[in-house]
This record gives sequence, C-alpha cells and structure tokens, in this order.
Amino acid sequence: MYDVERIRDDFPILKTEVYPGVPLVYLDSAASSQKPLTVIRAMDDYYEHYHANVHRGVHRLSELATTEYEAAREKIARFVNAPEIEQIIYVGNATEGFNLVAYAWGRANIGSGDEILLTELEHHANIVPWQILAEEKGATLRYLPILDDGTLAIERLGEFLTERTKLFSFTAASNVAGTITPVRELVDAAHSVGALAMVDAAQLAPHMPVDVQAMDCDFLAFSSHKMCGPTGIGILYGKRHLLETMPPFMSGGDMIRRVTFDGFVPNDLPWKFEAGTPRIAEAVGLGAAIDYLSSLGMDAVHEHERAVTDYAFEALSDIPGIRIIGPLGSQRGGLISFTLAGLHPHDIAEILDKKGIAIRAGHHCAMPLHQRLGLSATARASFYVHTTFEEIDQLTAALHHARSVFKLK
Amino acid sequence: MDANIYREQIIDLYENPLNYGEIENPDFTYEEDNPLCGDVIRIDVRLDDQNRVAEVAWRGDGCAISQASASLLTEEIKGKTLDEVKAFPSEKLLELIGVPLSMARVKCALLSLKVLKAGAYGIPDPGTMRTHE
Repeated sequence: MYDVERIRDDFPILKTEVYPGVPLVYLDSAASSQKPLTVIRAMDDYYEHYHANVHRGVHRLSELATTEYEAAREKIARFVNAPEIEQIIYVGNATEGFNLVAYAWGRANIGSGDEILLTELEHHANIVPWQILAEEKGATLRYLPILDDGTLAIERLGEFLTERTKLFSFTAASNVAGTITPVRELVDAAHSVGALAMVDAAQLAPHMPVDVQAMDCDFLAFSSHKMCGPTGIGILYGKRHLLETMPPFMSGGDMIRRVTFDGFVPNDLPWKFEAGTPRIAEAVGLGAAIDYLSSLGMDAVHEHERAVTDYAFEALSDIPGIRIIGPLGSQRGGLISFTLAGLHPHDIAEILDKKGIAIRAGHHCAMPLHQRLGLSATARASFYVHTTFEEIDQLTAALHHARSVFKLK
Repeated sequence: MDANIYREQIIDLYENPLNYGEIENPDFTYEEDNPLCGDVIRIDVRLDDQNRVAEVAWRGDGCAISQASASLLTEEIKGKTLDEVKAFPSEKLLELIGVPLSMARVKCALLSLKVLKAGAYGIPDPGTMRTHE
C-alpha cells in the first residue's frame, strides 16, 4: 500500500517553511528532486567514516570506499536491467552522457553527409552536443516533428530515418510536454536503417521502471539528482561492443592501465571513461537513492504519479484561459506545463512562490520546442513520490488567486 | 513576504503599456531577449537635431515586470540627450519600478535599459522580433 504521508516523512525538506508560516509545496521535481534522509545520511556516513580515494589504496578506508563506489554501480545496473555492471559509466549528469557519446563515439563514426535524427521534443542536452558534432563533421541534424498534442509524428519516421542516418537520439519522456515516447518502437526503427539509438531517460528513470534490454537501446543517459540522488553524478549505459571500441572521452588518472612517456593503454570498462578521482560520495548517495526508490517499487511510484497527474490535469483544465501543453492520459509523465492567458509564466511562478509553491517558469532548456509551440515560455508543475492531492488543490487555488491579482475575469 | 511586487501601477502598465509600438526610420533600434525566461523587448528611438529623444517606442513580450519597466523607461527618457540616455543609471529604473525585486527579477526589470543602451551606443541590431502574442 502506497502511503504518501509516510513517504513525506522520509524527506526532511518537506517540513521547511519557505517564508514564515508558509510551508513548502514542492512542484519542481522535474528540475531537481528533493532527497530522502537515507541519501543524505549515506553521503554523510561516507565522509564521516570511510572517505578515501578509490582503486588505488591498499589501506582499509580505500578498500571500503572502493567497495561502496562499485556496489552502487551494481545497484544501478540492476535498476536498469543492464546485462553487465561494466556497462554502467559514471558521468556528471545526463548532459555529460550525451557529450561523452558525441565526442567519443561521434567523432569516430560520424562523417560528412551523415545524418543524426533527433525529435522536436528534445532538451538542449540532446541537441547542442550533436550540433557541435554535426558542424565539425559536416553532418546534418534532422528533427522528427511533433503533432500539436505534443506526441511524436511516428507515422513520418520513414521520411526521417534514411540509409544516411547514423544515430537516432530521442527522449523517453519530455520535460515540457510530458510525452512518454514509444522507446522500443523508435529503437527498432533506428536499427532497421542501420542507425544506433540513444535514449534520454532523465525524465523517465526517476518515475518508471527502466529496462535497457527490453528497450534494446545502444546508449541511455540519466541524472541522479532528478531521482532522489545527489547532484554531480549521472549514468551513461552503453552496449558493450560499442563502449569497448570507443576511444576515451576524458583522460588522466584512473582511466589508464599503463602510461609511458610515449603513450598509454586505456583501462578496462567502465573505468576507461572515468578519468580522475571520481564522484565517490555522489555514487554512494545515488546508490542509496536507488535503494530508496526500489523500496517503494517503481511500478507503485508510477501509479501514484499517474493518479496525481490525472487529478491535476482535471483540476487545472477548469481554470479560465489555461492552455495545457502535451497529451492526455497514458502518454503523459508526471508533469504539466501550461500557460494562462493574460499572465506571463514568470509572474505566475512569482505569485505562487509567495504561497510556498515552487514551480518552474521559462523554456525549461527546450527553446526549439517552445518555438515550435509558438510560446516564449511556459509554467510547469511537476510531481513526484511525495506529491499529494491536497498540494494539487493548493496549486489550483493559487492559480485562481494569480488570475485575480491580474484582475482577469 | 507580504511585499507585493504586483502593485496596481505594474499591473496597469502591463495591461495598458505606454509608448507601445514602432517608429518608422528610427535613429537607432535594438532588440534583445532574456534567454532564461523568454522576455523580449525592442526599442526604437528617433532623435531631434539637438540629439534629444524626440520619439520613442517599444514592443515586446514577457512578464509584467519586464514590460512595465519598458513603459516606465521610455516615458522617462523623452527629451533626454543621447549622452543622458547612455548614462541612465539602472538604480533610477529600479526606483521607478518601485517594488522590491529578487535577483532573478532584477534581470527582467533591467532588460529594457540594456536594450536601450545597446541601441544608444550604436551596437548593430541583432535580430527580428520572434515572439508576438
């Protein structure tokens, strides 16, 4: 039984008052999620009791730190059903995952005249690294269009996937429209023309079960801080034969097996891609976050968010002048982006903030998508494991209040 | 936090902006956006033979603070010399807006002044208006 009140007790920050007498209503988890106490404690415990560098010491603390650093990797591998632990690469965030693939795989495999396919839903993290690569190599970027409801124009895939397409990189869940895309179908389509498929799971992994083998994707990236873990760490998953043939991305210590004055031999996977002293505390924290989410059960998390999102969708739909971006029903993740006629999203966010309600306003690092929708900005409320129906009622009431401040009829 | 940044005047200016529009053959024109929130403002200025602001108009899209600020600023600079426009202090504009602003919103408030000064200093206009209601 999913007990949201008990879950709320796990998050110390939810007891915060943002202004005197004004409790926090945190509806900005899609930007960054809050952390349960177990995650905070796991990182404190590491720093208080067994901090040391990994992979090199013979002393007890280094051994403990290495064990925990690698144990977290094993938990993550299980969490996304990776065939082998070595396929889980620690990176800084999902953004770094895209950069790693663009630099290491892209520079070796993309040439003049090749095409990289993205979609109109993408976050800047899944656009700009490819733009830089395409410019350098004389390749072309194409964008699979969306329909007006924020879903992908799947039936037009044939026009956009050609024998020139070398990579199809797309989001599994949009951070603006909320659209959940049919990952396996898109991956299969990419493979059918001989292209690789990379999945942006930054908005999927925190909210739903992820199975990289069922998806059959070649690469997949996500960030820890959106899924109860700390900032500063993310994960890149890749198919083994690809990771093995890719040159290193960053270079330095820990990523080498042997160095002479004349050259180096790279380390084995996954350390080949982890140059320098890594993010040890962050890996420990992410491991604790995975434990936490697993204890709730990702199916239960998804079901809870589904109920909250349906409730919010209905409540917000009744507000005069509202335009909700993205699809209805089962194709939507736990967030709602919207505009209100006569009220700029920034003004909405400011008025809501005074009521303790944290939402995001702006283009959410997806400017091309906003241009496609004919909008300069949207307001976004996003939901997570601890979101309650009462909080949605508060959101709705505050939006009515915002309209009255602006004297909208 | 009862300090209400949406005082009557700001809302009024948002709904009924001053000097909204465009000028044909302006002496300078400039447009810029605030990429964080998508606020965008363009200002056109025509000078008289003594280099004073004879006519000023602005267009834009954005939050109440950025748009009210453009009305207040354009109203304030009428008749001022080009040098006075170049030296217009940002504190003065914040004073005209007259409500306490967080750091993020100060950027919204000062976008109009940034645009005006870029134009006054003769920086080539980078673009065309992208967003209109």
